[in-house]
Amino acid sequence: MKSYIPHTVADRQRMLAAIGVASLDELFAPIPEKYLLKDELPLPLGVAEEEVFQRLKKLAALNQQKISFLGMGSYDRIVPAAVQSIASLPAFVTAYTPYQAEMSQGLLQAIFEYQSMICELTGMDVSNASLYDGFTAATEAASIMLSSRRKSDTILVSQTLHPFTLEVLKTWALGTNVKIEVVKERGRRLCVEDVEPYLHGQVAGLIVQSPNRYGIVEDYTSLAQMLHTNACQLTISSDPLALVLQKSQGEWGADIAIGDTQPLGLVNAFGGPSCGYIAVRKDLMRKIPGRVVGQTLDIRGNRGFVLTLQAREPHIKRERATSNICSNQALAALTTAAYIALVGEAGLKEVATQSYDKAHYLAGKLRGLSGISLEEESPFWCEFPLIFETPQTLERALKALSEAGIWGGVRLGKISGKAEDESTLIVAVSEKRTKEDLDLYSTTLQEALK
Amino acid sequence: MSNIPNNLKYSKEHEWVRLEGDLAYVGITDYAQDTLGEIVYVELPPVGESYASGEEVANVESVKAASAIYNPISGTVAEVNEELDGSPDLINEDSYANYLYILNDFNADELENLLDAEGYAEYIATLD
Amino acid sequence: MSQKLLIELSKEGRRGYRFPLSDVPSAPTLPESVRREVAPRLPEVAELDVVRHYSNLARHSFGVDYGAYPLGSCTMKYNPKLHNYVAALEGFTNIHPLQDEESVQGALEVIFNTTKALSQITGMAWGSLHPLAGAHGEYVGLKIIKAYHAKRGEEGRHKVIVPVSAHGTNPASASLNGYSIVEVATDKRGLVDVEALKGLLDESVAAIMLTNPNTLGLFEEEIGEIASLVHDCGALLYYDGANLNAILGMARPGDMGFDVVHLNLHKTFATPHGGGGPGSGPVLVTETLKPFLPIPDVIKSATGYRWQWESGSSIGRVSGFWGNFLVYLKAYAYILTMGSDGLKAVAQHAVLNANYMLAALSDYFKVPYQKRCMHEFVLSLQDYKEKWGVSANDFAKALQDYDYHPPTVYFPLIVSEALMFEPTETESVETLDGIIEALINLGKLAQSESARLKEAPLKRSVRRLDEVKAAKEPILKWQN
Repeated sequence: MKSYIPHTVADRQRMLAAIGVASLDELFAPIPEKYLLKDELPLPLGVAEEEVFQRLKKLAALNQQKISFLGMGSYDRIVPAAVQSIASLPAFVTAYTPYQAEMSQGLLQAIFEYQSMICELTGMDVSNASLYDGFTAATEAASIMLSSRRKSDTILVSQTLHPFTLEVLKTWALGTNVKIEVVKERGRRLCVEDVEPYLHGQVAGLIVQSPNRYGIVEDYTSLAQMLHTNACQLTISSDPLALVLQKSQGEWGADIAIGDTQPLGLVNAFGGPSCGYIAVRKDLMRKIPGRVVGQTLDIRGNRGFVLTLQAREPHIKRERATSNICSNQALAALTTAAYIALVGEAGLKEVATQSYDKAHYLAGKLRGLSGISLEEESPFWCEFPLIFETPQTLERALKALSEAGIWGGVRLGKISGKAEDESTLIVAVSEKRTKEDLDLYSTTLQEALK
Repeated sequence: MSNIPNNLKYSKEHEWVRLEGDLAYVGITDYAQDTLGEIVYVELPPVGESYASGEEVANVESVKAASAIYNPISGTVAEVNEELDGSPDLINEDSYANYLYILNDFNADELENLLDAEGYAEYIATLD
Repeated sequence: MSQKLLIELSKEGRRGYRFPLSDVPSAPTLPESVRREVAPRLPEVAELDVVRHYSNLARHSFGVDYGAYPLGSCTMKYNPKLHNYVAALEGFTNIHPLQDEESVQGALEVIFNTTKALSQITGMAWGSLHPLAGAHGEYVGLKIIKAYHAKRGEEGRHKVIVPVSAHGTNPASASLNGYSIVEVATDKRGLVDVEALKGLLDESVAAIMLTNPNTLGLFEEEIGEIASLVHDCGALLYYDGANLNAILGMARPGDMGFDVVHLNLHKTFATPHGGGGPGSGPVLVTETLKPFLPIPDVIKSATGYRWQWESGSSIGRVSGFWGNFLVYLKAYAYILTMGSDGLKAVAQHAVLNANYMLAALSDYFKVPYQKRCMHEFVLSLQDYKEKWGVSANDFAKALQDYDYHPPTVYFPLIVSEALMFEPTETESVETLDGIIEALINLGKLAQSESARLKEAPLKRSVRRLDEVKAAKEPILKWQN
């Protein structure tokens, strides 16, 4: 028996006869003899479901789980049971893209609601149906900015962006004539005053991130105004959960808002899948990449939803597309929407505030420990940098924390690849951490630093 | 059967050009509007901007897709067809009467690089 | 019948979820200069409201679990439920992408084994699971090709050739990498016109992008000659793996001479489509192109599985973390379940099913090219359009009322009024008979009562939707 293939011997015979061939091999006659495999693929034979499950359970068991203070783009947060249940509904899971709108109204409405919620969170006018992740979203934002200014070829980026975002942008620019220029940080922040000297006639716009790679909440007062005066655009990348406490991209006057919705109802899962969001000001609506769901009427005048504003893929000629994305992270976007629906603004505020309070509680306990220093100047939300005297002390601390059952934080040096970051640990605190976890962290660290 | 007026010049990107004194009117062909289907939005260039020939100058959107329009001859945009703002489907009704934009200060020599009606008819025959 | 929007169900003060109370003191708030000014207005609904809302939305959606989905080029096969359980194991969901290597040996083994298996299935040397979707895989594959030519000092190769029947993402992915596109014609058999191709090949060509079988469901029999011609002029062959289901275990793109392959795990490897994503688009390459793969790679050392960050020629990072882990985990489970013999049976039965349908339908509908196909086939309803004014779109809408998802419409572009069917191997002959009967009925109705098709669908939650209005007056979010 071959799993999932329903054909009986009789079925095959009947079907071959109906087609008018004697054997299955005849159907592969168009394949030249020399390409037909003489032997089986060099893989084991198929096995029963139970055997596969047991094998993968063993692999899963090899992965260790500890109390996590890891962040930098993926966060250990509470995922409500109802959200997991909704995300498993087979009508959504096993559906294709809703091109046949009349039979996919449920899915289309769910995505329309997701778009609406993203607009509310970001304070922007139009959201699409999601992108692959928050990192690749930066390349989509860059494309929009470049297409908005004639003869532009340069994208400015803040040095405080997540290092992986910078890398993805660099790969994206590889082999094209697009230049990426980095605005240097000052005191672990982007300072608005520092931006103007970087502006010139070929600059399309600037991409910044808040909270930034250090967890610091940046101040963008006057930034949008200054960029617009210079015919440039502003893209702000933000953790969507932080947006309930900090100024939204819309409130900062940004043209484009991007980020990743993993913290809203998606599990860590070794980094994937997550879900990128992009939202823009009204006048950029027709430049938004990917899929968009729109509301309309049917022939009886009833409300319905369809995929609309087709991706900018020219119909008569198919080159010159500004994006090749033809899918979205539909199920992940739906999961995010279900999470937001369930917890509501009050719930988001609760999660964001607890994360904030708990991070500050921990920082407070660590402040004053000899051998480490904390960022004092700038405000942070739920992630902060912990600076050790040497990379060796950092490793010693992480080892002690690990032995106590804790993932202590992300080594910034490993992520950024920069020597000056090698003594910095980025510590993330989510609403899931209890006072007990936080106290254990601080006492363990204190011991380790003695 | 596509309508291809004799007095116009055509590009392989399905734009047409009509000279009226110092001005060059530019639009899209009947073949183009038919292939696009009902047009729902037109993005026109800012008046006063100059474009080289072959440079992307406008966008025409139908339900199926968005299509870039490439300027057939170099010139400066003197005027755009503002009627298309509220009624983009005028192009479907008559794509020759409803131009997209008008160029002044254009390079007349480049007209030689364009096709005449017969040449364009031959060209689109190869596409189908 | 219209479902209310969440915002229409909202009632002030209603709470949906209870979080554990905080056990730490409140910290002083963010400075006013960076604090949110106007709170977002989001729905306030109870947990039961949310659950009912989505359950009812689910009733107005359609998945493979409900009925046949013979969408050409999409490979909508059954999504094994085992995969959902595997992807819910805490050892996979509760691990962070930046955990130390030693603590995620199981995850790294999944990445290594999956990459290895996919390489063996396609006959390629190695690959990367980083690309987050098929189109992303294409994009990465072309970037690799570009980097390869640049390294050899051949930046002058600025063209990519695609057949006129290619999927739109092919030229889009190429042009995003700065390439200009040249189309090669299809001949009367529905295959790449090799004579025409000869005329296009020179040192300005970087690559040709093909899928095999092609988008008409026909095997490119001259692939050997095409590969030689392309390689002789110094260009590379790119394989769009969308149609791999037709040749699994029977033939391999690597053996045909392809240099770069991308796969769609949500097609061939049965991972769920999720309503449009998340998918996964791994890229596989020859030994020569291995150095250009995105970083990081996973290697197997004496002390276990390790990340490999060093690669001088790598194109760099293409996505945030390590690809859609839970998606390729499911593909791995699928490969283990099917095995070498099962994967071969997949291709055999996919091709059997498609030919069975084609044989039955070719008496009633026009078949533009050949009477045999691989795993998918195309019909043209041009006759129906001309004689009775019934289009491919009308047929598709009418098929909805039979509780089948319609086939792909209007693709490939070279066939007018095209309907493309790919039944996949998981559909039984009874289901196929049902679809065939429905189509034959519709063909008769089109001739006698065409209005029935033009007004379809009649039985779904809405009637035909005004797509023009949606595009002309876009409403893309709810009004608050």
